[in-house]
Order: sequence, then structure tokens, then C-alpha cells
Amino acid sequence: MTQALTIDRITAHYGTTKVLEDLSLSVAEGELVSLLGASGCGKTTTLRLVAGFLQPTAGAIRLGDKDLTRLPAHQRDIGLVFQNYALFPHLTVRENVAFGLKQRKVAGPERLKRADAMLDRVGLAHLADRLPGALSGGQKQRVALARALVIEPPLLMFDEPLSNLDAKLRIDMRVEIRQLQRANGTTALYVTHDQEEAFSISDRVAIMHQGRIMQLDTPEVLYQRPANAFVANFVGFENLIPLQVTTRNGAEITARTAEGAALTLSQDQLGPIPDAFTLATRPDGLQVTATGGAGLPATLGLRTYLGRAYQYQARAGALSLTANGPLSQPLDPGTAVTLVPNPEQCAILKPE
Amino acid sequence: MATRIHPLLILFTVLVYVFLLGPLIIIFGASLSDTTYLTFPPQGLSFRWFQNIWDISAFRRTIVTSLQMAFLGTGIALIVGIPAAYALNRYRVTLPGWLSTLFVLPILVPEIVIGFSLLRSVTVQAGVPVWYALLIGHTLLVIPYVIRVVSASLASFDFSIEEAAISLGSPPARTFFTIVLPNIRSGVIAAFILSFITSINDVSVSLFLTGPGVSTLPIQLLAHMEQFFDPTIASVSVVLMLLTILVMIIVERTLGLAIVAK
Ligand SMILES: Nc1ncnc2c1ncn2[C@@H]1O[C@H](COP(=O)(O)OP(=O)(O)OP(=O)(O)O)[C@@H](O)[C@H]1O
Ligand SMILES: [Mg+2]
Repeated sequence: MTQALTIDRITAHYGTTKVLEDLSLSVAEGELVSLLGASGCGKTTTLRLVAGFLQPTAGAIRLGDKDLTRLPAHQRDIGLVFQNYALFPHLTVRENVAFGLKQRKVAGPERLKRADAMLDRVGLAHLADRLPGALSGGQKQRVALARALVIEPPLLMFDEPLSNLDAKLRIDMRVEIRQLQRANGTTALYVTHDQEEAFSISDRVAIMHQGRIMQLDTPEVLYQRPANAFVANFVGFENLIPLQVTTRNGAEITARTAEGAALTLSQDQLGPIPDAFTLATRPDGLQVTATGGAGLPATLGLRTYLGRAYQYQARAGALSLTANGPLSQPLDPGTAVTLVPNPEQCAILKPE
Repeated sequence: MATRIHPLLILFTVLVYVFLLGPLIIIFGASLSDTTYLTFPPQGLSFRWFQNIWDISAFRRTIVTSLQMAFLGTGIALIVGIPAAYALNRYRVTLPGWLSTLFVLPILVPEIVIGFSLLRSVTVQAGVPVWYALLIGHTLLVIPYVIRVVSASLASFDFSIEEAAISLGSPPARTFFTIVLPNIRSGVIAAFILSFITSINDVSVSLFLTGPGVSTLPIQLLAHMEQFFDPTIASVSVVLMLLTILVMIIVERTLGLAIVAK
């Protein structure tokens, strides 16, 4: 039943404005892939292309071995869950859920049985006769989920399904969505701009920026080994330090900044390091130490209190960096220090 | 807690009601008068002036024509206007802004101008028979109202539910009838009533388009007044009012009126 989705080099325009460019993406059978990115980067547009509400100007979309590219939207057999629920206001909860079955010519009694069974699964059997207007946001989203699932679609798509819900419910619902998707083994494409949400429920996450996918990988890889400066920044590697390798000694390398400060790094820890690269670190991965040791000489600026550490804005030559220092030793602005990267919190970015 | 209402406010309200309803009461009373001239309060009580409408064949015929124009004109206007309003709202982002203004422009043009230009073009130039010309006139007269009122309903309609229905396998045309239409029903009913009333009471457009043997009730009323000044005028007015009210009640009963809700 479940099938793989392949988006093959699609380009999309609104009028003459290009919104997506040469975008490729595939979601394996039963996999949940999230599209994550800032507002306006083209996430909804991607879903609309797959759903058939928008035609790509180039490229193809396939579901299993079926080519969807030119298929009318109502023949695509995709379960959709919208941010604003999009329930039919004039139909009861049960009729909402049964709607897709009715289109599939499922006979009356069988239809009701299946709709009720699905409502039971999302815990709303007792509200079957209500109109959507009389439901809470969370209940509405459950109905929307039931309505999309009951047709047993080979592909489920979600467009920010939780962003109208409060924080607590958001967490409950995302777990519920993930469980239902897993249990049915349905392939799913999930749009969100919430990093935690995307990372917590996805098998893989595509980080999008201005109509392109910057990196598509498991949350673990994205979080530890971002492939480029954009993704690094996105997942919290705030410090980007351009370096040039000066000496190689087996796995050990020494690299220098433009100002000549030298760092020693191990390829055993960080993977292969090219001659010119950027070292990305999180604030936690840049330790503030007394001057003198190996590292980046820097001057501290503003200090903020994080609870678990002090955070400093620091300047090292032309670079402005963010580093964390121990609570035991608050340092004043203007103090000269050495910043030492902690390899466990670093990533190597190849030149783009 | 009893809120005291200022006496002046009560007086003002009463005056407004007298002003609004007074003439209607006078007409109603005059229509029942047993005299051969218009008078109020009625002297004697008789239905003979209502009987008179029935006896004068011109009135019988024009009532039928008026109802035909109102029902058919409104019907055609709904068939044309609802899809137009739908398209204007559905594709609002992609359509130029002046387009929707264009569709309601006829409201701004004096009806008398519309009547005259239709006479020039449809009747004189194209030689369309009177009855059809009249129907075209009535249809054009009410289309802007339909578009305006239905658009107001569609403005608050969430088009993503249409997409939800399509994604669940409902073809676009069926989706329009099963999903869109039920959700803009109140607007459609309001459009129907407004159009019907506009059409059945219209004088300006009809004045130009009526011709030999084909006339509407208000026009016949004017013609009658030029010769006679008997209570028939009042009784016809009452009939016109009752017809309107009757249609509204029927529409409300059959379609479930919810104008106030929207
Ligand atoms: N109907 C439209 N006409 C013209 N441009 C559009 C239209 N819809 C979206 N856009 C533009 O296309 C780009 C991508 O929009 P899209 O809705 O895919 O973004 P998104 O990633 O879903 O953003 P958000 O997180 O805010 O929902 C945006 O720059 C947007 O302004
Ligand atoms: Mg969006």
C-alpha cells in the first residue's frame, strides 16, 4: 500500500517569480521526511506541487512507479493535513471523516464503520455527531488526521499541522502523529518551521532555504555534521572560523586563521579536513581559557548569564564569536583570553 | 437591573417607525376603502378593489410577467453571478484588482441610463422581442447584487477546505456543489431575495423595455394612475408587498434563511 515519493528536479513559479529551483527529494516507503526552513522558503509550495494544486514548470513527481506530474489533484490519492485544519464546517465529524470514503464509493454502512473505527483510534468516537465548529483546536486537528488516514493513502502530507496549537498539545500531537504514521507504515512528508519538532519526529529532515534544499539527512547528522554554513548556522553552530592548513602530520593537522593564530585538530575526530575549510562551533564548543595556551587569542565583550554558563561576545581579529565560560569565573569586558575549540562540538565545512 | 431609556429616545424611535410604516398603513387602509377615490381612513370596508385587479386583464397579465422576470432574471443572475463571484474570490491574488470593481459597476450607473442604453442596443439595434429584452434588462439589473452579496460570503470562505475535498478524491466540479455551495448558502439566499425584490419593484429599467402587450406590474400601475385615481393603486401596492413577503417566507422555509447569521 505504502509507496516511495520521488520529487525529481522540479522548478516552480508563481507568475514569473521562481519559487523552487531544481529541487529533488525522495522519501522512502514508510519514511517520514520533514521540510524545515524559514517562512517563505517554499515548503508549502513543495507540498502543493505534490498534491497537484500547482503545476511545476520543470521536473517530475512520482509516487511508487506512478507518474503524478500531470495527474489531476483529485486522482492523486494523497492524505493532506492542513495548518488551519480545513474541516468541512457543514458536515459532522463523522461525515468529515467519511468524506474520502464516499468519494471512493465505499457503501454506506461500511463507510460509517470505517469512519467510526478511525475516530476511535484518534480518541474522538464520542464527538462523532458534532459539527467542527464545536471542537477545540486539538480535536479539530485529530479529526483532520483521521480524515486523511481513513482513506489509507500511500502518502501523507502535513503542512505545519501543529502551529495553531499550544506548546503542550503540540508535543502530545506530534508523538501521536508519529505513532499513527509508524503503525500504518505510511510514507509522509511533513512541513514545519520548528526545528525541535522536525528533529524529534523525522527519519530525515530537509533544510530548505530560498527554494532549495541545503541538506537532507538524519537529524543526528544535521545536528553534528552540517554540510554547509547555512545549515551549520541553522542548527546552532554560531561561530564560523575560516582556516588554512599549514602542516599535516598523519591525522593531526595544524591550521591558521588569516591573523596567524594556529589551531591543532585531529582528522580522527573531525573526519577528513581539506586544505581550506571553515571550522564551525557552537558557543558551547568554544571554551574561554586564560591567555597563553594554544587557541584563538580574543578580547571579551558583552557577558550574558545563561544559567548553566556565562556567554561572551568575543572578538578575535576580524571575527566576532560567541563563546561560553565557566560560572566559577565571571570575566569582564575587555579581558584578553584564548578561545579553544572543543572538537566534539565542532564541524568541518568544505569551501562552497 | 432596569436600564432607564431616555424618553426622547423612545419618542425618536416611535417617530422613525411612524415614518417608515405610516405610509404602508395608509396604503393598506386605502386599499380596503369602499369609495371610488383614494381615501384614508377607509370609508366602508370592501375587497372590491382587489377584485378589480383581477377583473382588469392588464393587471393579471403584468403580475405574471413581473413574476416571470423576477424568478427567471434572478435565476439567470444566480447562474451567471455565483461562478463569477467564485472566480473573483478564488483567484483574487492573481486577478487584477479592478476586475471585481468592474462587475459591480452597474450599481453605480443610474438605472435609467441602463434602461435607455438597453432600449437603444437590445430592442432597437438588435431587434430582440420585448419580453426577452425585458428579461435581459432584469437579469443585468440584478447581477451586480448577486456578485456583491455572494462575494461577501466567499470572502470569509476558506478555500483550503475545497482543496481538502479535492485531495480526498472529489473532482473540482462536484466539490463546488458539495463543499463550496453549502457553505455560501446564506449568501446565495440573501442574493436571491435582494435580486427578487429589486426586480419585482423595478420601474426605471422596465419603463424603457416594456412594449406592446408586455409590461410589468409597477409599470402597469403607473399607466393605470394616469387615467384613474381609484383605490386599485393601493390594492396593487398591497399585492406587490404581499408577493414579496410571500416569496421571502417560502425561500426562508425551504432553504433555511440565515442571512442574519452571516
Ligand atoms: N499564490 C502565490 N502567488 C505568488 N507568490 C506566492 C504565492 N504563494 C506563495 N508565494 C511566494 O512563494 C514563496 C514560497 O512560499 P511558500 O508558501 O511555499 O513558503 P513556506 O515555506 O510555506 O512559508 P511559511 O513557513 O510562511 O508557510 C514565498 O516567497 C511566497 O511569497
Ligand atoms: Mg507554508
